[in-house]
Amino acid sequence: MSSDIVDRIVKTSRKPKSSRKLTGTQQFWLVFRYFALFIILAMVILPIYVMVINSLKGPAVYLPDAFNLPKKLSVETWPLAWAVLGKPMMRTLFFVVQSSIISAIIGSINGYVLSKWRFRGSRMVFTLFLFGMFIPYQAIMIPLVQFNRMVGLTGSIYVLVLAHVVYGIPICTLIFRNYYAAIPNELIEAARVDGASMVRVYRSIIVPLSIPGFVVVLIWQFTSAWNDFLFAIFLTGGSPKLAVATTALNFIAGGAVIVKYGINMTASLMASIPTLLVYMFLGRYFLRGLLSGSLKG
Amino acid sequence: MATLQKKRLTSSVGGFFFVLPSIIAIAIFVYGMIAWTLNISLTNRNSSAVKAPKHVGLKNYIELMADARFTHALSNLLKFTTVFILGTLISGFIMALLLEKGIKGEGLFRSIYLYPMAISFIAMGTVWRWLLNSSQGADAGGLNLILQKLGLGFLQNNWYISEKGSMFAMTLPAIWQMSGYVLALFLAGFRGIPDDLREAARVDGASESKIYRYVLFPQLSPTFLTVLIILGHISMKVFDLIVGISGKSYVTDVLAVYMWQVTFDITNYAKGAAIAIIILLMVAIVVIPYLRYVNKNEEYR
Repeated sequence: MSSDIVDRIVKTSRKPKSSRKLTGTQQFWLVFRYFALFIILAMVILPIYVMVINSLKGPAVYLPDAFNLPKKLSVETWPLAWAVLGKPMMRTLFFVVQSSIISAIIGSINGYVLSKWRFRGSRMVFTLFLFGMFIPYQAIMIPLVQFNRMVGLTGSIYVLVLAHVVYGIPICTLIFRNYYAAIPNELIEAARVDGASMVRVYRSIIVPLSIPGFVVVLIWQFTSAWNDFLFAIFLTGGSPKLAVATTALNFIAGGAVIVKYGINMTASLMASIPTLLVYMFLGRYFLRGLLSGSLKG
Repeated sequence: MATLQKKRLTSSVGGFFFVLPSIIAIAIFVYGMIAWTLNISLTNRNSSAVKAPKHVGLKNYIELMADARFTHALSNLLKFTTVFILGTLISGFIMALLLEKGIKGEGLFRSIYLYPMAISFIAMGTVWRWLLNSSQGADAGGLNLILQKLGLGFLQNNWYISEKGSMFAMTLPAIWQMSGYVLALFLAGFRGIPDDLREAARVDGASESKIYRYVLFPQLSPTFLTVLIILGHISMKVFDLIVGISGKSYVTDVLAVYMWQVTFDITNYAKGAAIAIIILLMVAIVVIPYLRYVNKNEEYR
């Protein structure tokens, strides 16, 4: 379902009929549209522009100069920012990769069963899962902290793996369920007639067809776990030993470590690079995940 | 028929078995923990010193209603939600209108309009603190400087530290981040309308504006509903954005941030839990009817 929609957006972008000669009014509207599109473009780019240019000015940047290009290029702030952010970023990478992979596997199995091997009450189960996608995590945070303390996970980065895997179940299941719904049932039926079991069908038919689904879920989970601040701040208790990219950044920005804005800018950009790269190269899959999150796309 | 029936039965049991771990996880970590939070919110666990909490009924909720900080945060949140939803809806819809017919470079515009969704607000907060800086006149930077340059200097203001306008200032970065998402949803909506419909109206001699108004817009009402629900529930949970830009500042307090302070900084678990339950209820009011609507519509497919 959702993949259709992305294809609709991405592939079938209507080509402007350039061969036909445009009338005066049509020309006016075309120019107007481009004008508006570029104004919006400028507004959307502005924050990242400010971030990039100010990360190249050295540690001493000041506000009235915010929009000006650097007079002299300097990457002096980059090693300084890395000194503070390097470890938290590596830690983030460590837990995010694990939680994304586990989430994707769970999502794939759930999505397979809930789209192709429904059982009595499976719709209900799915709807109950979906609600979990929308809940404010504040409503589970206090028990979750207590739970972690009870099972002795406090002080370990695995608190975050656990949180992102469990609370990622709804969205990952949803994405895979929609994805598998597009696989014709006849294919499954045919394999069953030939005596293939549920597991066999999954291994030999579903998994080989699942690569794009896995890409969508992996980058979705990667991006949301990388950017997550709520779980990180509650579950790590703000401890520097467990700092991840967002909590470390918040710590820096709070002026607790450095007050030099040049370093702040660089650190913010640095922490955004992994997700920006993913977006740049796999944007289509990101869009797919995003639209799945809206249920109807 | 009988064999088919039998097969379905065995399959269903097997299927259930594979989903069971997730069912248990969701039952415990979502529903169980919500129940646990509700339970905490009904006790007197008002500091970490309380070792044997007792149930006190709705006391925490009643106290919240009289808590000026809570009502302040709630009214802030409602202000924010209204402007955020309207602003994002309008800007995303305009973007979709501009792109919907197809235009050279559409892919580029679309990708750039959506990039803010890929960045965390903790990171973007650094920049937005600058853009929304309150310095004016000769010291101005950020949006105040841009306003000056555009000859709109009289619009300069204190943004998120101003007493009245702080929440409205906060909607700017939120709109900035979410507009691309709304664009994508509406674009999907537009592209889902069969071309024949448009052609038929054109053949009947309808003007372009009439086609939009009477043919295309009515087709978008499900998308419109989806957008409203998504923006609404995101808005009620807003947290990173506020923390990333203004931290725990009083003027921009919202429920999620207040809950954090109460729970985290002063370990008043009972009160924190009560605020959390209120946020949950607000989200549920919006989301549950929507889930039912989606569920019902799927049956017709």
